[in-house]
Amino acid sequence: MAMSLSNEEIGRYSRHLIMPEVGMEGQLKLKNAKVLLIGTGGLGAPVAMYLAAAGVGKLGLVDFDTVDVSNLQRQVIHGTKDIGKKKVDSAEETMKDINPFIEVVKYEVPLTSANALEILKDYDIVADGTDNFPTRFLVNDACVLLGIPNVYASIFRFEGQATVFCKDDGPCYRCLYPEPPPPGLVPSCAEGGVLGILPGVVGLIQATEVIKLILGEGQPLQGRLMLYDALAMKFRELKIRRNPECQGKCTVVKELIDYQQFCGVPHQEAPLPAPVSSTDIAPQEVKQLIDSGADFVLVDVREPHEYQICKIDRARLMPLGDLPKRLDELDKNADIVMHCKMGGRSAKACDLLRASGFTKVRNMTGGILAWAEKVDPTVPKY
Amino acid sequence: MPKILIPTPLRQFAEKKDAVEVSGATVGEALAALTAAHPDMKKNLFNDEGKLRSFVNVYVNDEDIRFLEKDKTAVTAGDTISIVPSIAGGK
Repeated sequence: MAMSLSNEEIGRYSRHLIMPEVGMEGQLKLKNAKVLLIGTGGLGAPVAMYLAAAGVGKLGLVDFDTVDVSNLQRQVIHGTKDIGKKKVDSAEETMKDINPFIEVVKYEVPLTSANALEILKDYDIVADGTDNFPTRFLVNDACVLLGIPNVYASIFRFEGQATVFCKDDGPCYRCLYPEPPPPGLVPSCAEGGVLGILPGVVGLIQATEVIKLILGEGQPLQGRLMLYDALAMKFRELKIRRNPECQGKCTVVKELIDYQQFCGVPHQEAPLPAPVSSTDIAPQEVKQLIDSGADFVLVDVREPHEYQICKIDRARLMPLGDLPKRLDELDKNADIVMHCKMGGRSAKACDLLRASGFTKVRNMTGGILAWAEKVDPTVPKY
Repeated sequence: MPKILIPTPLRQFAEKKDAVEVSGATVGEALAALTAAHPDMKKNLFNDEGKLRSFVNVYVNDEDIRFLEKDKTAVTAGDTISIVPSIAGGK
C-alpha cells in the first residue's frame, strides 16, 4: 500500500491536492484503489480515461473485442490507428499515455461464470459497462457474492440509466429488474443505435460515482436510478428499493448460474448453427433470381433512415412496424423475399406474412450486410 | 389526468410520442387507457397473463409501484407515471 506520493505525482495531482475533499489523504486512497472495468467500449472508454487521469492506482480491463471502425464514433479511448487492435491493448496505451503512474491489468477474455469470481475478487469496485443482459446479471451476482459495489450504467439511443448497486445494504440489479427481457425484445446498441456523445455523459456519471466511493465523499447514487434523456436534456431520479425478502442478506443470488440460459440466448462460446430451413434464401440466390428475371417481390423491412444508408435497387421499402397495415399492398400468392439489416426483423416479417395467409415467403439470410459481403461489395456496411 | 412518460424503446408503439395524458384513477386504469389507445404497446408491457413484464418497471412520480399498491396505486392529475424498461447497452 502506497503511503506517499512522489514529487512528480504531487505536481500531476495538484488540483486534487488543494481541495479539502480530496487532499493528500484522498489522493492516496485513489492511488491504492483497485477498480475493474467490465467492457472498454462506449461507457468503458470515458470511465477508463478519467479514472486513469484521476490517479486510480490499479485499473482492470475486461474485454475480448477488437477495435472496429464503427466503434470510433463514441469509444474515444481508441483511435483510427487502433482499428484491428485488441481493445484492452489500445485502451492501455491511451491510459498509460494519460497517466504512467497507474497500473493497468488486462483480461482479454469473455467474463463467464467460471472466471468472474476469480477476476473480480481482487478489486474494490466494479464498473459495469457491458452491452448484454447475461453479462449484466453475471456481474451483479458476482458482486453480490463478493460484496463489491457495482457502479452500473447502461445506454440506449439517447437515454441512459445509472446507479450504484451492492453497496452495503443497498439494492442490487435483481432488486431493480428480477428478470431479463426475452431475447430480441430490447435492441442492443448495434441494433438500436446510440448517440455518440451519450456514453460520454453517462460513463462520466459512472466515473464520478467510482471516485466518490473511493474517497468516501458525498452521497452515492445508491437506491436511486438516475435517468438521463439527452434529447430533452433532462435528468430524473427514481427510487430503487431493496427486495423486501432480502433485508440483511440477499436471498436471490446463491451462486453463479448459466446466464446465457437464464437470459434465453445461445452460448457465445459455441454459437448454434443458424437454422437453415426451406424458407431461407441466401443473398447469392436472391441475386440469381434478380439476374434471371424471375417474377418475385423483394421487400426491405428496415426503417426509412436505414434505407437511405444503403439499399438493394430492386427492394421495396415496407418497415416492419408498418407491415400489418400495409399487407393489402402485397399479393398473397406472389413469391416474396424479405430482407432487413441482419435477418432478424425480416424473419419476424416472414412469420407475420405467413400468419396472414401468404404462401411463398422467404427470408434472405444475413440481411443486407450479407448481401454487401457476398454479392455487392459496393454496398456499405453499417 | 395523469401523464405517462414513454421510454425511447417503446415510443415506436405510441406514434413516437414521449408522453401521453390518459384518464384513470389507478395505475392499472391509466396503463389500460394507454394500451387501448396504442394496442401495439400491450405485448411489450404485459405478458400473456396480463401481468406487467418483469423487465419493465412502473413508477408513480419517483416511487416504484411494486412498493405502493401495484396496479391499484391511485393516481390523480399532476401525477407522472414512468415506464422504465431495462436496457443493457454499454458499447
